[in-house]
Amino acid sequence: MTPSPEPLIDAHAHFYHAGAGRTDWADVNAARFRAGDQMGITYHVASVLGSYGFTSPTYFPSPEDVTTGNDVMLDLCAREPDRVRMFVTVNPNYPVHALTEIDRCVARGAIGIKLLASRRADDPLLDPIADVAAARGLPVLHHIWQHRRREWPSQEISDGADLARLAERFPKANFILAHLGGGGDYMHTFPAVVDCPNIYPDLSGSGVDRGMLDAAIEALGAERLLWGCDLTMCTGLAKLRALDVIGLSARDIANIRWRNAARIFPPNSFPRATRDTRSVTGSEPA
Amino acid sequence: MIDVNTLIGPYPFRHVPHSDADVLVRVLDREGISQAWVGHLPSAFYRDPTPGNTALYTALAPLAARLRPVPAIRPDWPQWERALRDATSAGAPAIRAYPPQWGLGPHDAGLRELAIAAGELGMATLLTVRFEDLRQRHSMDSAGDLSAAAIRALARAGESVRLVVTAAGREMIEEVHWGLTVEEQRRVFWDISWIWGPPEDHLAKLFRSIGAERFVFGTQWPLRLTQTPRANLDLLPDDLHGARLAEAEQICSAARDGAGFG
Repeated sequence: MTPSPEPLIDAHAHFYHAGAGRTDWADVNAARFRAGDQMGITYHVASVLGSYGFTSPTYFPSPEDVTTGNDVMLDLCAREPDRVRMFVTVNPNYPVHALTEIDRCVARGAIGIKLLASRRADDPLLDPIADVAAARGLPVLHHIWQHRRREWPSQEISDGADLARLAERFPKANFILAHLGGGGDYMHTFPAVVDCPNIYPDLSGSGVDRGMLDAAIEALGAERLLWGCDLTMCTGLAKLRALDVIGLSARDIANIRWRNAARIFPPNSFPRATRDTRSVTGSEPA
Repeated sequence: MIDVNTLIGPYPFRHVPHSDADVLVRVLDREGISQAWVGHLPSAFYRDPTPGNTALYTALAPLAARLRPVPAIRPDWPQWERALRDATSAGAPAIRAYPPQWGLGPHDAGLRELAIAAGELGMATLLTVRFEDLRQRHSMDSAGDLSAAAIRALARAGESVRLVVTAAGREMIEEVHWGLTVEEQRRVFWDISWIWGPPEDHLAKLFRSIGAERFVFGTQWPLRLTQTPRANLDLLPDDLHGARLAEAEQICSAARDGAGFG
């Protein structure tokens, strides 16, 4: 398999650590890098979700687990500066801790904020976090269930409509709507967020419904979509290959692969992408 | 390569674009797939699948070199034996059965009889664990997933039985496989359409633990992206790059011969 020379940014990745309750954590991390190299991923923009349920729930992580997970990501970024970038994970139920973590981790290189499902997206408790995101130019990756019709256990889920209410309150912040293919009815998401230009759905998730990519592009345009994998890189590769055959222009494909990410994350977050593309296409990020 | 898991026709719970047979042939050409086993998607939800089978045979007839019919046969419907003979006459390599959609439990005697009879005629029985992710299903789509118990019961039904189980994940595959004798395991083949690749590497783990020869190539077109299973194979770790899936055609001949293939 020969990857495309066009840069590729995975806007939704995760790594594990020794405190995550699984003995194969290092193998899983290594597999992400292995597959990333095969696919030509230029940068993994990743987060650690506390202890992934081992010492506090994945979607309701304790402040201690949040800090531990962020420390793991900071260390990983320091070890892998050429291919890993970091979302700082926070739990908005602990507002002071959340803002402190954002300060601490951004000072050490975090380029975005990760929100799980600890609080509904339109809850006022998220406002101070969105305020900081807007002021500092940090996109917020928010875990989403595409069309919530009821409560589900282990998460306080939000859908596109919930995130749209937050995005409307903070028009200067950018929000990444997590994993269109990650469960739920994505067809509900498109009309829910179409009028919020500061919401950028990512394509990650195990779901590979035929028609999903076409519908997303038709509803939102290629300038609003980010490529990503989340927990399944095989479906990420399948979507990349599908993008190549559904009639998109080279520019649209580049937007989804990396340009949109380069535009909404802080400037110079992805030097290898911008440098490499100058050599390939002679252009800067849109 | 043969794609054992394709369908034509509309799906009742969401719009599926371009699900016609001629489009499928173009997709096979694009993806370098020589042939497909094709079912009729709406038949899974018909009380009587007979008209769906007629529509399937009619739609595939002009494309017989590439598309082979896999009709749905419901064993609690009168004259199912005739439907089975029709399938043989039409050159079907397999028949489809949908126990959850038809309200048939895991130990249904009719299903066992059907799987045995199909096997004796050289046809596999193709089962579908799911059409969609549980989290996105329509509120009226209440049949639920095919159970591992149902698969085990059919695998144990008789020597001639050959099952092709589609859209299963690692957990179900392992539960079934290690719940069967070695002889029974050889009667079951799994398509790779829903198995996770890296970083969890479920497909690699399954290849190492139960063998690549227990798996066949399947996409679940038109519901899912055709590119997914090949992407999964391309992302296998280096030690598995030469792994060979089972040949779909051999499943049918093994069923007819009652042989312990694999």
